[in-house]
Amino acid sequence: MKILEVSNVNKRFGGLQALDDVNLTVEQGHVHAIIGPNGAGKSTLLNCFVGRLMPDTGSVIFDGTSLLGLAPHEINQTGVSRVFQTPEIFEDLSLLDNLMIPALAKRDGAFTLNAWGRVDQDAEIRDQAEHMLEDVGLQDKRHLQSGTMSRGDKRRLELAMCLVQNPKLLLLDEPTAGMSRADTNNTIDLLKKIGERGITKVIIEHDMHVVFSLANRVSVLAQGHVIAEGTPEEMKEDQRVKDAYLGAGHE
Amino acid sequence: MDAIFLQILNGLDKGGAYALIALGLTLIFGTLGVVNFAHGAVFMLGAFCAVTLNKILTLSQRIRDESVTFFEAYKEVPYLEVWFGETGSTLIEYSVPISILVAIPVMLLVGLAMERGLFRFFYNRTHAEQILVSFGLAIVIQEIVKAFYGANPIPQAPPEIFAGSANIGAMLGMSEAIVYPWWRLVYLVFAGIVIAAVFCFLQFTTFGMVVRAGMMDRETVGLLGINIERRFTIVFGLAAVVSGLAGVMYTPILPPDYHMGMDFLVLSFVVVVVGGMGSLGGAVAAGFLLGVLQSFAAMAEIKAIIPGIDQIIIYLVAVVILLVRPRGLMGRKGVMET
Amino acid sequence: MIAPTTPRKDMVMFIVFAIAILTLPIWMAPLGGSYPDLLQKFAIFGLFAVGFNILFGLTGYLSFGHAAFLGVGSYTAVWSFKLLSMNILPAIFFGMITSGLFALIIGYVSLRRSGIYFSILTLAFAQMSYNLAYSVLTPITYGETGLQLAQYDPRILDAQATVEGGGIPLTNLFGLEMQGWPGFYFCAVVLIIGFYIAMRITRSPFGMMLLAVKSNQNRMNYTGLNTRPYTLAAFVISGIYAGLAGSLMAVTDPLAGAERMQWTASGEVVLMTILGGVGTLLGPVLGAAIIKYFENIFSAINESVLHAFFGFLPDFIENGLVNVASLFVGKGWHLTLGVLFMVMVIFLPGGVIEAYDRIRKRFFSKETRSSAAPQAGDD
Repeated sequence: MKILEVSNVNKRFGGLQALDDVNLTVEQGHVHAIIGPNGAGKSTLLNCFVGRLMPDTGSVIFDGTSLLGLAPHEINQTGVSRVFQTPEIFEDLSLLDNLMIPALAKRDGAFTLNAWGRVDQDAEIRDQAEHMLEDVGLQDKRHLQSGTMSRGDKRRLELAMCLVQNPKLLLLDEPTAGMSRADTNNTIDLLKKIGERGITKVIIEHDMHVVFSLANRVSVLAQGHVIAEGTPEEMKEDQRVKDAYLGAGHE
Repeated sequence: MDAIFLQILNGLDKGGAYALIALGLTLIFGTLGVVNFAHGAVFMLGAFCAVTLNKILTLSQRIRDESVTFFEAYKEVPYLEVWFGETGSTLIEYSVPISILVAIPVMLLVGLAMERGLFRFFYNRTHAEQILVSFGLAIVIQEIVKAFYGANPIPQAPPEIFAGSANIGAMLGMSEAIVYPWWRLVYLVFAGIVIAAVFCFLQFTTFGMVVRAGMMDRETVGLLGINIERRFTIVFGLAAVVSGLAGVMYTPILPPDYHMGMDFLVLSFVVVVVGGMGSLGGAVAAGFLLGVLQSFAAMAEIKAIIPGIDQIIIYLVAVVILLVRPRGLMGRKGVMET
Repeated sequence: MIAPTTPRKDMVMFIVFAIAILTLPIWMAPLGGSYPDLLQKFAIFGLFAVGFNILFGLTGYLSFGHAAFLGVGSYTAVWSFKLLSMNILPAIFFGMITSGLFALIIGYVSLRRSGIYFSILTLAFAQMSYNLAYSVLTPITYGETGLQLAQYDPRILDAQATVEGGGIPLTNLFGLEMQGWPGFYFCAVVLIIGFYIAMRITRSPFGMMLLAVKSNQNRMNYTGLNTRPYTLAAFVISGIYAGLAGSLMAVTDPLAGAERMQWTASGEVVLMTILGGVGTLLGPVLGAAIIKYFENIFSAINESVLHAFFGFLPDFIENGLVNVASLFVGKGWHLTLGVLFMVMVIFLPGGVIEAYDRIRKRFFSKETRSSAAPQAGDD
């Protein structure tokens, strides 16, 4: 079953054709990697999924609804969560609060004026948050101010914040960028572990090691255009992909 | 037609003051990223430079009044007149223009002191904290001035030859009704000269080039290994001089009192916002524009249609601009647009 | 480590707070501040600051125009006294309603921007209100003279209160006149209720979302939360608090003037909040009390008091010190306020509450460390 369908998406920035007639289909339950050299338009494409950018033409259909023209919070409410390149978390708040906020957003919607009940007495939300912290191995730090943690932990927290919403689609923007080899492997393990939940994932990634460990489908983007698509093994052998990367390397 | 022309003229001198203050504000904001709520107080300090110099020049001696013969009368005669006679009284008469010479070094010092003593510690703190600390500084400055000069406005006289009004209508062959005080005309020319000087300075000196580059992209200029810190200090001094001079020359138009700074500050901030944060040209254009708009709104015909419009026109413009075009009239896209 | 709060801890804090406020007349006596005029101010400005903190402390939006809502509340309350009844309940009710509506309109527009643009927008609106109150709105505000009661006001609900030759009736709560101590106790009870509500808001899911607004709006949007209604609700709530404070001012002293709306008045509430501790519950009340207390003390000091104070010193030193010190007292109280403002922002952005925490940590650091370890496990 197709969960995300991107058809004929174009985006121009001044004289630059950032996305050139992009077509992409993501199957339910798949881990779909989008790879490509720097400046290929990967992040632009991702931003079109979450309401940060509006494509000039084309359509983005998620689970039967069009995402175009929706605000970021509306898109999230349809079941799309996003992990950023640099972790976006609530740095002033404790880890527990960081997880309770998305849990509340999932349960109560985009705006609820619940100004009387005590949030720390909300057993359902608290349980969800605590369990999720355990799942990512941060339960010992739950009362810590999240901004004081290491970058790797922040990323884990951000991932947990997305997962606690139990999204239908998880978008990951270079989840291992700037990480050491050990941290990268930890992240891969973590992503594999959550892969067991059956959440569909779209990963933008540079690191081929990550792509080949996780993805079961790969699209290659170059100069705003999808030049190849297939299984990781196929892509390894594909001459067009090699050219795209080597070409970019020579420039 | 004549009425419109007169209103434009009437708005321009106030607009000149707005433009000069806003120029300093936006220089500081553009290069240093600092929101300075004490900038109005600097304008006020400039005005009080003129007051102080006038006080010093008119320090007087009590001498016997010879003209009164039937009893012993005394009169106060300024030392300058006693010592230099006619020359002395001319000096006193020209105390406002002379204050310019005094104000430049004084205001430069004020600016440097503010930057070194306070604002440099706030470059990396939030805008809210910058607003708050400079708000505190503004209160301190104005209360000190109040303690020394009292709460009442202190009128200053322009030199005799600029005292009357110019019949501009007659000069330009228009209606006789267009009469405009000479000093306002002087102020307008003066504001023009200062603005031109600042722009030339920024355009034609290496220092100015760095400052302009800094307004475009602070980080990169910092990376070039240019001593940004010292230049920041000088920019602060420059901004203080510009708005101090605006204050000096404004004294014959508006008798200075201790809270004139606050009154002008809020308006100047609005001017900066309308012109576009960090845009020097925008600040100047918006300053004159809003001055003129304000004077139009004060016309009886307009007030009859929308009562009270003269009181709120500037704020109204600011609200509309912020909502419709947050970068202001001439601001660059993406600069502080959220 | 952020110490988690519990309902019990909060209840203890609330009860201590309520007792402290109600016993103010007793324990302020040795400090020379035990008279209703001053203590009323504590309560009223405390309420104003508590409400302001819901906006500034929780969401981080710095409004420079909250005095406008205070003024609106005052004007409405006085009009309620004039037209309806000298009973204070309708006055307070309408004061809160009108200021809430004002806040809704101003907030709706201002919250389209954030950061300094938001501050300038609120400032612009407050200045507009102030200027209009002085000019075209004179039929409503009575401009410079201010809005006052008159003996022959209609007072349709209790016209019988107008006694021939009996002067202007007093504000009352079903007959209990709001002068002197009853006035203070009424304000104190309102403050305690207001504090309790603010506490509930802070601990609620809504309050948590407001903190999230301050921390990271971007993440909030991508978490499926619409930030604007949250900030607008916070803005309106704090506007209602300001209107409530304004109508209490009218209750204790039934007149209203435009100077209450000036932006320096808005600056004062910012200072109160910062002085006490932004984002804390007790801080704003504390800050308001400290400022009003010192305002009272400092503005009462004159040169002869200073001479007496420095009297033990040699004459020339005494005179010098008196000259310097007199800048800061009496009418120069604002100078002290300005200096205080700067000192707070520079050295103690967290306010008195943070200072207290730091001191406590320094002295009791051993205990907290040893008790914190097992706490992390259970709970």
